[in-house]
This record gives sequence, C-alpha cells and structure tokens, in this order.
Amino acid sequence: MRVLLVDDEEELVSTLAERLAMRGIEASWVTDYRGALAQVEQEKFDIALLDVRLPEMNGLELKRLLAERCPAMKFIFLTGHGSEEDFRACSAESGKEYYLIKPVQIEVLVAKLNEIFQQ
Amino acid sequence: MDFFKRYKPGFLDYRNQVSGMYKSLFNFKLLWKQSIAITLAVALLPLLILTFIDFKISTQAMESEILLRTARVVSNARRTLTSYLEERKFALNFLTLDNTYDQLLDEQRLKQLLDNLKSGLGEWSDLGVIDHIGIQRNYAGPYALRDMNYSDQDWYKKLSYSDAASFHDAITMRSNISDVFLGFRNMPHLVISVLHSNPIGLDWLHYVLRASLDIDHLNNILSHLEVSGDGDVFLINHQGIIQTPSRHYGGILKPLPLAVPPPSDHTEVVESQDHLGSQVIIGYAYITGTPFILMVIKQKQNLMKTWYETGSTLLLFLACSILTIVVVVIGISTYLVNSIYQSDQKRLATLHQVEYANKMASIGRLSAGVAHEINNPLAIINEKAGLIKDLFTFRQEYKGDIRLIGLIDSIIAAVERCATITRQLLNFARNIQVSLQKVNLKQIIDDVLEFQTKEAGYRSITIAVDIADDVPEFVSDRGKLQQVFINLVNNAFAAMEDGGTLKITGRLGSHDKTIVITVSDNGCGIPQENIKKIFEPFFTTKSGKGGTGLGLSITYGLVKEIGGEIDINSTIGRGTTFIIRLPLVYHGIKGEADASITG
Repeated sequence: MRVLLVDDEEELVSTLAERLAMRGIEASWVTDYRGALAQVEQEKFDIALLDVRLPEMNGLELKRLLAERCPAMKFIFLTGHGSEEDFRACSAESGKEYYLIKPVQIEVLVAKLNEIFQQ
Repeated sequence: MDFFKRYKPGFLDYRNQVSGMYKSLFNFKLLWKQSIAITLAVALLPLLILTFIDFKISTQAMESEILLRTARVVSNARRTLTSYLEERKFALNFLTLDNTYDQLLDEQRLKQLLDNLKSGLGEWSDLGVIDHIGIQRNYAGPYALRDMNYSDQDWYKKLSYSDAASFHDAITMRSNISDVFLGFRNMPHLVISVLHSNPIGLDWLHYVLRASLDIDHLNNILSHLEVSGDGDVFLINHQGIIQTPSRHYGGILKPLPLAVPPPSDHTEVVESQDHLGSQVIIGYAYITGTPFILMVIKQKQNLMKTWYETGSTLLLFLACSILTIVVVVIGISTYLVNSIYQSDQKRLATLHQVEYANKMASIGRLSAGVAHEINNPLAIINEKAGLIKDLFTFRQEYKGDIRLIGLIDSIIAAVERCATITRQLLNFARNIQVSLQKVNLKQIIDDVLEFQTKEAGYRSITIAVDIADDVPEFVSDRGKLQQVFINLVNNAFAAMEDGGTLKITGRLGSHDKTIVITVSDNGCGIPQENIKKIFEPFFTTKSGKGGTGLGLSITYGLVKEIGGEIDINSTIGRGTTFIIRLPLVYHGIKGEADASITG
C-alpha cells in the first residue's frame, strides 16, 4: 500500500510518514498541491491523505484533480478545523467515514487505511 | 385586591430600565394616561358644555314662562276687580241721578233701592245718605247706623265740598272708594261713596250716597283665581296695609312685611325675596281709581319643583353616561396600551433571540477557529511523541527503559485530553448550526454536564441524572436543547450554595406523546411575585453580580421554538424545579424536518 500525505505542516507530515513506514506502509509526503500533482506523475498511490485547508488550493479541489489523474486512488480528509462546512463538503465528496479530525491516533489512522485499502 | 392584582395589566409595573437598542419604544404609563385624558376630554367636554347650556336655557325658559303666567293672572284679576268696583261706582252715580234727595231720604225708597241693587248687582251690605255736615240722614241695611256722624271718617273727608263742584253750575258727582276699615260696625268693609252736588238757585245741595261692601265679596273674586306654586293673592293699600286676607303675609289690616312696590300703570312682575328669605315671584298692579294694589306672590321654589325634578333625572342620566364613558375609555385605553406593550415585549424578545443566536454563531466560529489552530500543533506534538514512542518500541536498544516509555505515554495522554477538549468545542460549534436531527436525551445532558463537572467538583455539588429507559431518541434541535440545558444548569449552579444537589430527570409524559424533563436544585428559591416575571427579558435578581436577565428569557424562547413548554415550581429556601415538556414528534415548519437530518 502506497500512501500520499498532503499537509502544509511539514513537521506533521514528515513524522507521520516515518511512523507509517515503521508500520509497513509506504508513505510519501508533500506540503502543497504542486508537490502532490508532481508526485502522482512519478509514482502510483493507492490512497491520498489530504488536509482540507491547504494554501492556494483546498483539499477538496486537489482531490478532484488527483482523481482525474488517478481514477483508482482513494482519499481520506484530515482536518484540524472540524467546522460544519468542512464536514458537509467532505462527507458529500467521499462519505463521512473518510473524514478525520486532528490529532488522530496512529492506530486509528492505520486501521482506517487498511480498511479502505481492503475495499 | 387579589382580583385587581390578577388582572392588572403588565405595563403598569413596567420600568424601562435599559437604554440603547433594548429600550422600549414607549413610556406605557404616560401613553396610557395621555390616551385616557385625551379621549375623556374629547368625549366629555362637548357633553358637559351642551348639557350645561341646555340646562341654562331650559331654566331661563321655565322662569320666563312663570313670569309670563304670573303677569297674565295679575292682569286678569286687575281687570275683574276694576270692573267690579267701577260697576258699583256707576250704580251709585245712577241712583243719585235717578232719585231726588228727598226720595233718597225716604226710608222705604232707600230700602227698595238696596234690594234692587242686591238683585241686580249681587252683594251689597247697606246703603246710606249723608248730608252736607256728615250726618247719616237715611240708612238701609242690617246695622243701626242712622244719624251717625261721619264727618271724621277719612273717606268722608276726601269728599269735602270746597273744590271742583263749587265752581260749576251743573250737577257734579265725585265718587270715592275707601280703604278697608272697621268703622262703626267694627267689621272690615270698604265704602263706595258718591258726592252729589246740585245747584239750587244760588245755593248748592250737597249730599253723599254711600254703600258699603263686605270684603268677603272681594275675597270670593280673588280666591277663584287659579294661582300655581302655592301662590297668595290679596290686596294692599298704598300704605302697605293688607286689605284682604293673605295666607302667608298676615291678616286684614296688618302691615305687609314686604316693601310696597313702586307705582306703575301696568302690570308688573318682579323676582324678590320675602321676609323669610325665600325666593318669590311678585306680580302686582295698581288698580286705577282705588287705593288698592293687587298682589300675587308665588314661591319660586314650588314653581320650579317640577323642573328641578326633571333636571335631577337628567342629571342622574348625565352621571350614568359619564360613568359609562369613563369605564369604556379606561377599558379600551388599557386594552390598547397593553396590546402595544405586549407586542413591544415580543419585539424585544425576538431582538434578544436574534442577538443571542448571532452570539452563539460567533462563539461557534470562534471555537472552531481556536480548535483548528490548537489541533494542528497538537497533531504535531502527537506525531512527534508517537514517533519517539515508535522508536522506543521498534528499536531494541531503548526497549528496556520503562521510565522513558512512561513519560511519552504521559505526553500522548495529555495530547489526547487536549484533543477531547477541542473535539467538544468543535462538537459544540457544529451543533449550534445544525438544526434538526435525532437526539438522545441522555447524551445531550451528559455533553452539557461534561463542561460543568470541574465546577461541580470544586463546589462539592452532587449531580444526579435519572433518565428513564423508555425515553426514546427523538427528532429535535440538538443545539437549542443543549443551550436550554446549559442555561438551566448554570442557573441552578448560581442559585445553590456549595454542597447542593442538582437533579435532572427525564420520563415519558401523558399518552407517551411528550417527554417531561425536570431540572431541580435545592437552592435559594424564587419569591412568588418574581415567578410571573422570571421569563421576561432583563428581569434579574443577580444585578450587580453579572446577571443580564436574559438567560431564562432566551431559554423560554428556545423551548418554545422547538415546540415545547417550560414551567417553574419554586419554594423559598427549598429550591426551584424547571419542568420542560417536549413533543416526541416535532411539529415544525413543513419541510424543515427533512432538510438536514445529519448524523
């Protein structure tokens, strides 16, 4: 399973990627949409973990761009905001089970990734 | 008093304590007073003025009618009396012309003449012939008056020979009507006399034919007059001596206790006061050729009596009308001002709720923002600490250091605690905006109490929640319910001393159509007089202690909005219970229920 992590908090994504790696999940990380688009050109990912609030382009729009390029890719939204607008928008985009609020326990995240990957 | 208290309109107790946008638009008491005053003035003034004018005009008409009637009576009586006395005077004149002096001195003849007079003209007392020195030479009548000397009598003196007749060489006659007097017979009577002067050669024959009339005859004439108002009709002479009996002003030959009216050729009517101080209408007429003045005196009080009776009936009617108008005006003004007051109160309450909703929305956005800002660094701490733990766990060299693992676990546990708080904040913010959804009563109460457990702990307040198992999930506005409970719990905390007990119960109500929730505290309680006002905006007993007086007003509004009802039971010193009844089936605006049921 290959996972793409997109979050503007570099400290967060880099650490998360390392921790996932320790659990046998290959994760690449980028901090903006350009990085994300470039990354999917080079590699194939099964799941993308997107922050909802990203600079320049938000997670929902990025999801649509990525989905065009990689139709098989699945998405999980991760947000620190948890507002009603976010929740509704993300639920409408991918279903409410793909919406996680920071901080998230690594075990919960791994379980969620595995669950989606199995599908 | 209880009745008045119960139905006393709210605006009478209203004090406009606030300023700014929540200030009431009107001063209701002033508005009420002005409305009553203006309406009463407009309604009553014309009525009173018209009534007053009408009363004045009617009284004047009545008075002039009385004066006119009196004048008519006096005038008629005068005519009757004048012709009565004139007739008799002419009759005597006729006798002196029709009979010679010698014939008149014949006793039989004189008796015959008296009888003829009686049968022709009615009442005559007697008839006598007096010679030029005043001795009565012949007499016919019931008294023995023959040869009586009349030369000292007033009426005789008035007929002295020295004037008029002496200068004419023709028969002249002068007649006179005397005052009423007693005379030789000692009975009140009046005398009509004719001085007959007849030239005989160079000498003159003077004699007087006199007849006396009983005043009963005059009385008869006067007593047949119809005089209203306890009226009194009588004669007086020019000196003010009463000539015929009066009912109120003294007997015959007594002086009249009133002033003699001034001479006049016509019938006169004046208003005056009599000797007893009563208002009287005096009609009088000088009877020409006689010493008499005809007096008609009526008591004004009696004459006006009927009018006063009618007047008092009208006055009673006026009083009833005024009373009715006053009652109706006060009633309508009170009703209208109270309606304005109530709609103004509704306007203010709506304004509060809008402001409250905006405030809550702002708090929601703020907490979401804060939660987001904190969540990101929390996530970093979480991941870094997690990584350290991972490193310890996955690499063999650190595995043995139990203490380090413990430290990392503490950090992760603290992060989790912070995350719980931010999640609650986010949950709270989200629920402010969500409208209808399936809610679990116990869950909502637990969520609300979660914020309060710390304070309850510090203040040793026991919280007992007892929700019956058969209370199902139901559709309602979770955010509003949450606010209702937050407000009630805050309220209970404020009312209780440390160590109090807060009890929340929930059970199904009648016919299983409602949920009845009670929130009770054992705090200070609310005085009976405040209970009615407790849900009014700005009513607070905590002024100066940070109370705005809005909490319960907003709670009331929120409960109403979700279709419920809220009641209060309170006993001073024993505590307060709020009872909320919520419908199991939400009867909201159609379509609203389907709009956004989100898990």
